Amino acid sequence: MLLDVTDLRKTFPARTGLFGNVIDHVHAVDGVSFSIAEGRTLGLVGESGCGKSTVGRAILRLIEPSSGAIRFEGNDIVGLPADRMRELRRRMQIVFQDPYSSLNPRKRAGDIVAEPLLVHGIANAAERRDMTLAIFAKVGLQPRQMGLFPHQFSGGQRQRISIARALALGPRFIVADEPVSALDVSVQAQVINLLMDLQARDGLSYLFISHNLAVVEHVSHDVAVMYLGRIVEHTDKSTIFARPLHPYTKALMAAVPVADPSVRRDKAHVMGDVPSPIDRPKGCHFHPRCPLAEPRCRIEEPLLREVRPGHRVACHLAA
Amino acid sequence: MAPVLEVSGLSTVFHTRAGLVRAVQDVSFSVEAGETLAIVGESGCGKTMTALSLMRLIPSPPGEIVAGSVKVAGTDLLQLDEPAMRKMRGSQIAMIFQEPMTALNPLLTVGRQIAEMVSLHENVSRRAADARAVEMLRHVRIPAPERRAKEYPHQMSGGMRQRAMIAMALVCRPKVLIADEPTTALDVTIQAQVLELIGDLRRELGTAVVLITHDLGVVAETADRMIVMYAGRKVEEGTTQELFAHPNHPYLQGLLASVPKFGAGEGTRLREIPGIVPALNNLPQGCAFAPRCSAAVAKCQQAIPPLETKRPGHMAACWVS
Repeated sequence: MLLDVTDLRKTFPARTGLFGNVIDHVHAVDGVSFSIAEGRTLGLVGESGCGKSTVGRAILRLIEPSSGAIRFEGNDIVGLPADRMRELRRRMQIVFQDPYSSLNPRKRAGDIVAEPLLVHGIANAAERRDMTLAIFAKVGLQPRQMGLFPHQFSGGQRQRISIARALALGPRFIVADEPVSALDVSVQAQVINLLMDLQARDGLSYLFISHNLAVVEHVSHDVAVMYLGRIVEHTDKSTIFARPLHPYTKALMAAVPVADPSVRRDKAHVMGDVPSPIDRPKGCHFHPRCPLAEPRCRIEEPLLREVRPGHRVACHLAA
Repeated sequence: MAPVLEVSGLSTVFHTRAGLVRAVQDVSFSVEAGETLAIVGESGCGKTMTALSLMRLIPSPPGEIVAGSVKVAGTDLLQLDEPAMRKMRGSQIAMIFQEPMTALNPLLTVGRQIAEMVSLHENVSRRAADARAVEMLRHVRIPAPERRAKEYPHQMSGGMRQRAMIAMALVCRPKVLIADEPTTALDVTIQAQVLELIGDLRRELGTAVVLITHDLGVVAETADRMIVMYAGRKVEEGTTQELFAHPNHPYLQGLLASVPKFGAGEGTRLREIPGIVPALNNLPQGCAFAPRCSAAVAKCQQAIPPLETKRPGHMAACWVS
């Protein structure tokens, strides 16, 4: 496995008492485990506040995990000193949702993409320029655009610059955190196709974080669904979309509007809002919204267990 | 049935330092009571400016509605003076937004805001207005409405606030509701609840709904008819069934093919629409979509195609299709 995440946890202090003592925690990520193989994409889905972005950032140690193990290419990277971690970041990168705020507005596109090479002391100026040109070509940007500033690009092109910057050091693994959510519909396809082409050509692995199930279904090999800090279901793409087992996964899928007016589905909508991650319901976190909840769901936390080979579900009722 | 909302030849411009921006150009449509019309398009296509023009909420200057009429039950809103228009907003035509905090006052309780809307349009006591507010909160299925009415907007979740805004918009039973991306900021399970609510209220109250969205899934599930806008113009119109089954304009064809289909299983490569939406102050001479269109011929660069009936009940503006 290229990436193995075991029992990852991240808590943030939510409230502090009179003397600065922490009296409440947000369990943003609460015991998440998964792995991603070479050349594969794991889609991580869930609603806002479920912890999916925190997982992505914790894997790169952009925020420090509270506990758990993250093995990348066989090495546990939790607790690695900063210089070793910097070395590793050559091979693991991130692309953010918002290409407007993640690019320095005062730098030219060419310099933005070349910066990782400079930081890591790779090659001399002339070689860096050639490498940058090659990356520009790879992501479908024109060489003449190297001299432009981010505001001179459209949203889709800016996302190409972000991807180019992530690719500069030749990574094996990219966390893509809602990479097309801020883009216009007609432009989304360009970026999705680019990410998939790069994977086909270079064997990249992705953790693809998104709230958009249609996009996740399109790009992923495997899918994990998160709810209030935990993975509630995890299996291969075709199984999870054809035979979801967790009531939350089913509810999510039933809620997705389908772009086909001839399909009039009988909809049973899940009720209520996502509870606060500070004060999560006891037992199964989903039980207050679950149409199937039984008494034990209110008391006993369901563990994520393998109900079929390669299909993990955290539900007492899933068989 | 006579349409409740009739928009004809609407054109809105903005006078900016970068030149004249033609945000809405010659847009016409009508909506009947209890019907949902979707206006579909990408950012910058003019759909929100169309909505704001209907409400006469275009900031002026720099904005200006330069032509057209907007008739609600026969009254042309564009001919009214501002006090008369203020009376129409909320009672005849109301609008909800993507971000409820743009419509809700953070310093007033939710119940008070809804009651104020009632007091503004109807001659009722404060107590009666407050009771109407609670009743309306119940109507939009907010649990414990008496308690919720006393809360401030920040105490509510996003989905709850959206419901409160809908309650405020509909409390005076307007004939027309304009919903501008009402669920775009919401999570998918909450989106489904809010869309269902808008649909139910439309049926119960007979409201004509103009739904503005970029999400083709939302359109397919909620709209009876749709118009597609591109660069400020209407480029296609018809029933939702018809347009999804037989998209005529290359732009709509491209849009439909570029969206991953949920439940499609093994993904084929998505079709890309090359290029980007043009700037409205620098539109090409002919069809605005021509630079991105694979079917474009010489004529497309020279003249703007007129809207023509391509199939029964289906109009599109394209020289080629």
